[in-house]
Amino acid sequence: MKNSLRKLRPVVTLLLALVLPVLEVVAQPATQPEMADALRQSGKIYVVVAVIAVVLAGLLFFLVSLDRKLTRLEKEVKE
Amino acid sequence: MKKNWWKALSVVLLLYVAVAGLLLPVPRLAILNETIRNLYFHVPMWFGMTFVLLASVYYSVRYLRTPTPELDIRAHESARTGILMGFVGLATGSIWAKYTWGAWWTNDPKLNGAAIAMLIYGAYLVLRSSFTDEQQRARISAIYNIFAFATAMPLFYILPRLTDSLHPGAGGNPAFAKYDLDSNMRLVFYPAVIGWTLLAFWLAQLASRVSLLKLRLYEKQLA
Repeated sequence: MKNSLRKLRPVVTLLLALVLPVLEVVAQPATQPEMADALRQSGKIYVVVAVIAVVLAGLLFFLVSLDRKLTRLEKEVKE
Repeated sequence: MKKNWWKALSVVLLLYVAVAGLLLPVPRLAILNETIRNLYFHVPMWFGMTFVLLASVYYSVRYLRTPTPELDIRAHESARTGILMGFVGLATGSIWAKYTWGAWWTNDPKLNGAAIAMLIYGAYLVLRSSFTDEQQRARISAIYNIFAFATAMPLFYILPRLTDSLHPGAGGNPAFAKYDLDSNMRLVFYPAVIGWTLLAFWLAQLASRVSLLKLRLYEKQLA
């Protein structure tokens, strides 16, 4: 009985050596750094992106119209 | 219209950065987590600041060679835009630091260097406002501006690398190497740098044109 256990020992060690790294890979999601995955999965991130894009577009549009107004003024002053 | 292609480019790049900066994949890193996306907004502020301040020095040098009010205005407004970008950079960096390093401000060489450099530029504005004579103001602030740039750049980019620093790109590390290895981030980071830099130049140009208009109107009234 004791002898057979001793014979099994290398087999168990080998098995552990093979299985343990796999276990670590399986457990990876839990140890990976946390990201905003839920926000992405629910698609709500697109709402945020849309809002930021609209705000930025508004500001840039304001800059463009300011630029045009200045061009007109510059022409007026030149005359 | 042909001269304004770079403004259109700036608009397109910034809108792209806002969308892609939030949506494209980024590396999963501990502590940084999603805040790594700040790279697309915080760092371009400093790029924009550096280039627009360089333009300011260029105008200052030109002013000293051929003193015209126009060159003085362009140097001044470029410097003001650069200072604005720098303060936005400090503020965004401070917020980022709070949630990754745990403090609004640390006595890090990179942070203190940037703060001192901003104070040097703050003194430029104070110096300018302390003259009543326009030519004296233009000449002395042009000279100060050149020295301010020459002092600020080592404080931003050289001295922090000679010591240890928490800040990426300082403490001997090559700048951004950690993130730049990720090609997904490059896809957004480079357009962000170009877009924000062009925006800085656009703002400086608009401000200069307003001041120039004021000058022309004033000259007309005198004539």
